[in-house]
Amino acid sequence: MVPLWMYLLVGAGLFCIGVYGVLARRNAVAILMSIELMLTAVNINLVAFWRYVTPQNMSGQAFTAFVFVVAAAEAAVGLAIIISIYRNRRSVIVEEVNVLRG
Amino acid sequence: MLELNAQSIAFFIFSVLVLGGAIGVVTSRNLIHGALYLIVSLFGGAGFFVLLSAPFLAAVQVLVYIGAIAILIIFAVMLTRSMTQLRELVNAQWWLSAIVGIALFVLLAVAVILPVWGVDGTNPNQPVSDDIATIQDLGVALVDGNQYVLPFEVASLLLTAAMIGAIFIARDTSVDMDD
Repeated sequence: MVPLWMYLLVGAGLFCIGVYGVLARRNAVAILMSIELMLTAVNINLVAFWRYVTPQNMSGQAFTAFVFVVAAAEAAVGLAIIISIYRNRRSVIVEEVNVLRG
Repeated sequence: MLELNAQSIAFFIFSVLVLGGAIGVVTSRNLIHGALYLIVSLFGGAGFFVLLSAPFLAAVQVLVYIGAIAILIIFAVMLTRSMTQLRELVNAQWWLSAIVGIALFVLLAVAVILPVWGVDGTNPNQPVSDDIATIQDLGVALVDGNQYVLPFEVASLLLTAAMIGAIFIARDTSVDMDD
């Protein structure tokens, strides 16, 4: 099989691209997409370590399944918040949403 | 060091999909294109799961991430008219963000991946065993009282609470006042 460090290198690259997207993009939906990229990178690392180090133990796959659940919840609530902000302020540019009162 | 068989070729194809799709997500000006690049990237991740002999997770990746989350993001893009707000792609600190991303990548590559590369031979370059757990083991582990039944129930509770919260937050209050 392909050595373990190759999977980790791809996971690290994906995570860092996600970090750049979260820090640099202005659109809130794009930031949420970058967060999904980072979660996928974490999943790739978890499954790769599971396969190479503890293939008989279910912890790697179980943790990945829980990351899926949390990612789905995060996407649903995040997009609901973005839609709610858009209704109030007619904008999804994060720099224009800088006051807490409605 | 690396024999060129079908598995490594598939790995490189999926790597190109994952990283190319990710770069497309953070650089595309049109967010619909960004969401389609996100689907490409997540599909590459599902391919990795197949290569790592986790077929259930690959199926869940396709169903949940591509089938649900990516479609949800496309819905949000259309509902918020993000496509018409294409003035500036990135904020004023984009170069600082790029430096942070590249520095983090170099740090991860040197400090985490290089030891796993394994000059001392303690870390596995190859799987320790080809005797892997099956989907059945995963299913049993998720409902076994000695393993993951409590996190499983907490996860389902979290999902229910998040969905109710999402419906409540995104509810259009002006419609209620008309009724």
